Amino acid sequence: MTDTAWIDAALTSARPQAVGALLRYFRNLDTAEEAFQNACLRALKSWPQNGPPRDAAAWLIMVGRNVGIDDIRRNRKQAPLPDDDQAISDLDDAEDAIAERLDGSHYRDDILRLLFICCHPDLPATQQIALALRIVSGLTVKQIARAFLVSEAAMEQRITRAKARVSEANVPFETPGAVERGERLAAVAAMIYLIFNEGYSASGDTAEIRAPLCEEAIRLARLLLRLFPSEPEIMGLTALLLLQHARTDARFDSEGALILLDDQDRSRWNQKMIAEGLALIDKAIRHRKSGPYQVQAAIAALHARAEKPEDTDWKQIDLLYGALEIMQPSPVVTLNRAVAVSKVRGPQAALEMIEPLAPRLSNYFHFFGVRGAFLMQLGRNDEARVAFDRAIALANTSAEAAHIRMHLDRLMRDNQPRDSKTSKK
Amino acid sequence: MLYAILCYHDEDFVGSWSKEQDAAVMKKLAVVQDKLAKQGRLGPVARLLPTTAAATLRKDDPPLVLDGPYAETKEQLLGFYLVDCNNLDEALDVARDLGAANPGGAYEIRPVGMFAPGRTAT
Repeated sequence: MTDTAWIDAALTSARPQAVGALLRYFRNLDTAEEAFQNACLRALKSWPQNGPPRDAAAWLIMVGRNVGIDDIRRNRKQAPLPDDDQAISDLDDAEDAIAERLDGSHYRDDILRLLFICCHPDLPATQQIALALRIVSGLTVKQIARAFLVSEAAMEQRITRAKARVSEANVPFETPGAVERGERLAAVAAMIYLIFNEGYSASGDTAEIRAPLCEEAIRLARLLLRLFPSEPEIMGLTALLLLQHARTDARFDSEGALILLDDQDRSRWNQKMIAEGLALIDKAIRHRKSGPYQVQAAIAALHARAEKPEDTDWKQIDLLYGALEIMQPSPVVTLNRAVAVSKVRGPQAALEMIEPLAPRLSNYFHFFGVRGAFLMQLGRNDEARVAFDRAIALANTSAEAAHIRMHLDRLMRDNQPRDSKTSKK
Repeated sequence: MLYAILCYHDEDFVGSWSKEQDAAVMKKLAVVQDKLAKQGRLGPVARLLPTTAAATLRKDDPPLVLDGPYAETKEQLLGFYLVDCNNLDEALDVARDLGAANPGGAYEIRPVGMFAPGRTAT
C-alpha cells in the first residue's frame, strides 16, 4: 500500500474514537469535527516524515485537542498560534501518557455517544444516515450525495440542518447509566440497519454506487460489537448484515434486474461473510436472549446454509417468522411469513394468511407481487394479472417492475391456446 | 525447525481497507508464500475472522464461556503461518518479507514444540 493509502486507512479507523473523544472534550460537534480535521492535516504532514504513531487515535485526539484549544483561545483573544513544529515535536513524549489515560470504558461511551447523536429521534431517517456517514464514517459530502442520488448542495444542506438539530437537542455528556446505555445501543443498531438498507435496497445501475453503504454499515456493526462484545442483539445485527451482504454478487443479472433468492447462483455467495455471520449467530443463541435481529439473522442463516433452494428449511423459517411476528408485529413480517407458509402448506393457506393484510398494505409493492404469485400458483390467472398490474403501478425501482413483468409474460404465454404455441415451434 | 509466525495488527485498521486494498495486500503476501511453498518450507497458513466472531473458554471450574477474544489488546491476533526455518534469523527474514508485503502491526515468531498436521474434510 502507498503511504497515502496507508494514512487514509489509519485516519478512517481512528476517526470514531478520536471524534468521539474530542466531542466529549469540546461538547460541540462542529468544534470536535474541525479539531479532528486539523489533526488529520497535521498527520498528513508529520506521519510520512516521522513515521506513523503507535496509537493513531491517541495522537489525533491529543493534537486535535491542542489545536481546538488554540482555536478557541485565538478566537477569544486574537492571540497568535504556537509554532506548528514545536507542537508536533512535543507529541512523542506525550503520546504514551495519553494512551494510558484513554481507558477502555471511556472510549466505549465516546463512540456510542457519537453514534447516538446521529440517530437522535428528532431527526428523520435520511438525516440520521447522512449525519452518521459524514461524522462517524468520515465520508465526504460528495460521496454521500452520490450514494443518495442527490446534488452535493442538497446533501450539504441536509447535513447542516441535521447538525443544527442535534446541537439544540442537548445530548447529555455524562457517562450513561445501564438503562440509558441500552436505549442508546438499540437506537444506534437501528440506524446502522438503516444505513445497510439504503445500500441493500438499491438496484440496477445504482446498486454499485450504493454497495459501499452496506460495507460501511458492516464496519460500524463490527465496531459496535467490539465495544459491546456480549450483546446478543448486536451479534444478531452484525450476522444479519453479513449474511445478506454475502449474496450481493448474485442478486442482479447483467442488465441490473433483481434475481430472486430461488434463482440466484449460490456459488457466487461470499462464503467468508457467511462463515462470519453463522459464527456470530451461533454465539448469540448461546445467550438465550432472543431478539428481532437474531431471529432475522437466523432466517438468513437458514437460507445461507441451503446449498440448493430445495434444501431450504422452510418449516423452520415459518416458525422463526412466527416468533418475529410476536416480537415485532407488522403486516410486512406476516407477508414474509406467508412466503414460507406457501412452501410448507401450499399457496392456498398462504393466500388466506395475507388476505387480512390487504387494507394495511394497499400501497405496498411486495404485497401485490406476493399475492399475484400465490394466485398464479393456484391457477387463478386472471386475478393474478390484476395483482401484478397493481404491483407494477407501485414498483419503487425499474428492477422491481421488470421482475413482475416477467411473471405477466409467463401468464400471457400460459394463456395462449395450446395449438398456437406448438405451431410456433 | 518449524516456526510459527503469529500476525498481529489493528483489526479496525485492516477492516477499513477497501476491497481493492485488501486484495492488493493478499496478492503481495501470496508472492512471499509461493516462494516458501516452492522451497517446501510453508506449512499451514490461516487468516482468522474478526475477533468479534471469537469466543473464549476460561478453564475455571466450571469452565466459563466469554464473548470476544482472549486478550483485549490494541493489536489483535489476525492469522498465522507455519514455516520451516533453520534458525531464528531465517524466520526473521521470512517475517521481514511478509512485513514488506503487509506493513504495520507486528509478527511474533515462536518456535513450534509439537506439530500434528491433522486432517479436516474442508
